[in-house]
Amino acid sequence: MLDYITSYLNANVTPGQAGNMFWAFVYIMVVFLGISLAVVAMNWLERKALAHMQVRLGPMRVGPHGLLQPIADAIKLLLKEDIIPERADKAVFWLAPFMVVMAAFTTYIVVPFGPTHAITDMNIGILFMLGVSSLGVLGIVMAGWASNSNYPLIGALRSSAQMISYEVAMGMAVVSAVLMTSLNDKGIGTLSMIGIVQAQQEQGIWFVFKYFPLGLIAFVIFAIAMVAETNRAPFDLPEAESELTAGFHTEYSGFRWSLFMLGEYAAMIAVSSVAVTLWLGGWLRPFPNTLTGPGWDFLFSLFPGATFLLLAGFTFLGVMRMPKHPYFKIQTIGLGAFGGALGLIGLILFVPLVRDRVQDIYWFVAKVAVFMYLYIWYRATFPRYRFDQLMKVGWKVLLPTSIAALIATAIVGVVLK
Amino acid sequence: MTPVATSFFFYFLSALALSGGVLVITRRNPVHSALALILTLLALAGIYLMLYAPFVAGVQIILYAGGIMVLFLFVIMLVNVGRVEKEKQFNQQWIVSFVAALGLGILFVVIFTKSPLLRQIAQKPPAQLVESSNTQEIGNWLYGQYMLSFEIASLLLLVAIVGAVVMAKKRV
Repeated sequence: MLDYITSYLNANVTPGQAGNMFWAFVYIMVVFLGISLAVVAMNWLERKALAHMQVRLGPMRVGPHGLLQPIADAIKLLLKEDIIPERADKAVFWLAPFMVVMAAFTTYIVVPFGPTHAITDMNIGILFMLGVSSLGVLGIVMAGWASNSNYPLIGALRSSAQMISYEVAMGMAVVSAVLMTSLNDKGIGTLSMIGIVQAQQEQGIWFVFKYFPLGLIAFVIFAIAMVAETNRAPFDLPEAESELTAGFHTEYSGFRWSLFMLGEYAAMIAVSSVAVTLWLGGWLRPFPNTLTGPGWDFLFSLFPGATFLLLAGFTFLGVMRMPKHPYFKIQTIGLGAFGGALGLIGLILFVPLVRDRVQDIYWFVAKVAVFMYLYIWYRATFPRYRFDQLMKVGWKVLLPTSIAALIATAIVGVVLK
Repeated sequence: MTPVATSFFFYFLSALALSGGVLVITRRNPVHSALALILTLLALAGIYLMLYAPFVAGVQIILYAGGIMVLFLFVIMLVNVGRVEKEKQFNQQWIVSFVAALGLGILFVVIFTKSPLLRQIAQKPPAQLVESSNTQEIGNWLYGQYMLSFEIASLLLLVAIVGAVVMAKKRV
């Protein structure tokens, strides 16, 4: 048994490929918990960042700077009465939120956090990811229909129309990135998520910069389409508050509603990681081919720990700026403990053994985090599209541009070879 | 890697696909039928995966379960389901269809047990099922030997799109 567990450590492939059930289970648990934690953190960050962009304070009462707010929210949602409308289709109403969450979380099977840090590597990686994430719209449609109410139904109709329209442009953009993986000596491309990052490593360039500006165009199209796919502002017509109360989840409350939120945020992280994998070099650190040598390797390996120390520093700055009134004593101590925990994690990340293992995960997560911040930024900045504008952008701008970029990539690839 | 518990997964997925198929034709509510059909399609995708055909499985999920079924539901949702449920079915042909299905089933069983070709395959399995280059193989076949039929199929789709636009739009 112990041999079975330790034998994987030297295998140098993902647990799925090694066929090691134990480590596959461990990885699944780690990814599941990590994503759930990220969703909670994202919930807090979104409220805070949105508030600051609108010159508000945001949550400040529960814990120092509202740090415990997500936990309070979660407890509130779990204790809330779970209402199923009288005339609703009970079975479908019950099934819909699980469909959304399952579709969002299943995609993480192939997300490559590192060359060996993925649950498994599939030959059809990116195809699997797009396919399973497109199942999420089924859950939304089911929720809208089963609620037996007008606003949810309109929200679900809008959502399915929007997702189908933007999936086409998204697919074309993905194909042009996959096409770039085949520009090696053998002329054989790959759909595997790990293979795509390795292709960028071999070619020595992130695909976003490849054949400038063709890679960039495909990337921008994907970045727009992925916001529409996840029903986020400025494409949040399915849950437009001012028109449809809350869109497809109007009739949901308590735990089921929180499942929808969990699914939405998990899907956001999933599509962001697709964008990072396809165009931004996945787990690769900046300049892996030009800034080589042990010195540079050492310098870049210090980044994860340094980031956490920086965060801890900011937290201690916050501790200093806390009001000195005795009323805030517990909050100040709590914030100090939080900063201490961050600093401790930072110090642990400097240990050489840990440092080498977490590097690729760090770069991947850092790139995804940029996208998550962009999501919040969009929401604070852009006004919502009208439905006909949305369709016009999807079919008349993004789709032709993505097809043109695909054809141009193919031509340039053949000519320059 | 070596496959794990293949016979269990085969029977499990087959049972899912069959029960989904039965539900499709027995449910009165068309939305429930469509959802049962999604179950069947997903179970079939799992069986394709077991047959070392990941690309086919992926396409099954992305096209049938993700694309076509969403359109199905989209249309069904706009129909007034309550009226459809109360209405009596007017094509009472279940005897004919039952006999036809039974005949087809018997045919399958006979072929499965008696066919010399199947027995040959069972005795001599293909040398190696390559999962790791499945997509590349399919690409080679589609754009190599079966280029013409592939292009004809795509032309057919183009004609269908043009037809749909002409029918939907009054002024072209």
